[in-house]
Amino acid sequence: MDALVNKRIKKVLKGDQNAFAEIVELYQHQLYQICYRMLNNKHEAEDIAQEAFMRAYVNLHTFDQQRKFSTWLYRIATNLCIDRIRKKKPDYHLDAEVRGTEGLDMYSSIASDDQLPEEELMRMEVQERVQYEISRLPDKYRAAIVLKYIEELPLAEISEILDLPLGTVKTRIHRGREALRKQLSNL
Amino acid sequence: MNTCPENIIQYMDDYLDGDINAADEAVLKAHLESCIDCRKQYHELTKTIAFVQSASHIQAPADFVQKTMQRLPKQSQRGGVQRWFRKNPILTAAALFCILMSAALFTNFNDDQQFAFTKQENLVVEGETVVVPEGQVVTGDITVRNGDIRVEGELRGDVTIVNGKYMASSGVITGEIEEIDRAFEWLWYQIKSGVKEAATIFSGSEDMEE
Repeated sequence: MDALVNKRIKKVLKGDQNAFAEIVELYQHQLYQICYRMLNNKHEAEDIAQEAFMRAYVNLHTFDQQRKFSTWLYRIATNLCIDRIRKKKPDYHLDAEVRGTEGLDMYSSIASDDQLPEEELMRMEVQERVQYEISRLPDKYRAAIVLKYIEELPLAEISEILDLPLGTVKTRIHRGREALRKQLSNL
Repeated sequence: MNTCPENIIQYMDDYLDGDINAADEAVLKAHLESCIDCRKQYHELTKTIAFVQSASHIQAPADFVQKTMQRLPKQSQRGGVQRWFRKNPILTAAALFCILMSAALFTNFNDDQQFAFTKQENLVVEGETVVVPEGQVVTGDITVRNGDIRVEGELRGDVTIVNGKYMASSGVITGEIEEIDRAFEWLWYQIKSGVKEAATIFSGSEDMEE
């Protein structure tokens, strides 16, 4: 697989743009899936996945062919997803006190909208529910959980994609797992 | 669960990561047999993992490859002009110099719309026409701008007319006659006279009368 990809990369670097289409073909589903699980929105997932391929194409000359291409590509995509999630967040601070209330901060008002009512959760299809629960995870844990349990990547590779030490990746997976367990305690 | 040893949670995480040694695994198993809370915790975690892993694999839209390829920058368009400028700094500087110079010259051309001529002895002016009167001798070169010249006497020198006419008459001119009408010729003349001026910088300059 890697030899095959490196052959395509060499072609692209020589100016053959069509060889890049074959690379996109190979990785499109996995990359789109990561983006969709991270962003919980089909249009945004498509946009960011395309953006990731575009950046990979433009910066292909910086890719070290001794390494794994998918790791490099996923890293571009997860960084773009995390940037997008942060930009979407409103720029006020969550722990700022809400005006006109005493001791009420943004956490308390978010918590009430964030959690869907019980009956609605019960009506959800399993697939819908999985996506919903993943999307409720804090983005730090979400990336680790998606890469570990949906992409089923080894911890060492996740650590390279997220540019974090192995110990930190483990901690995030453990905390993400624990957060999901609590979210699903009524299941 | 508060009474459970701290390392049991650690072993559970290691076990779920698939990263545990046989001795720790034995300790964990023995503990799970005896502790209801930890067993519950363990079952909930494995259920959670199974739940997340039940997520079906999602496919990218059918036209994904095509759309992605359309978004790629065209190789030839990628900063072609800028790259040329960066590669040829001297040519870029020369081109910039030419542009600024010609702009300056054209500005001169537009500013110089007033009637003007070189002051020499014995010259007579009729309206916007410079006349060398009959029977008179004028020595030296004459430049007329935005006006005409008529020579009835004798002129010992060159005549240059910008935006004007040399009117044929019975006079005698010993030098050259040059008429400049269009902007381009004016530009050429400016460059030529610039060079000439530089060459004869010490031989004194002409007096112009506006």
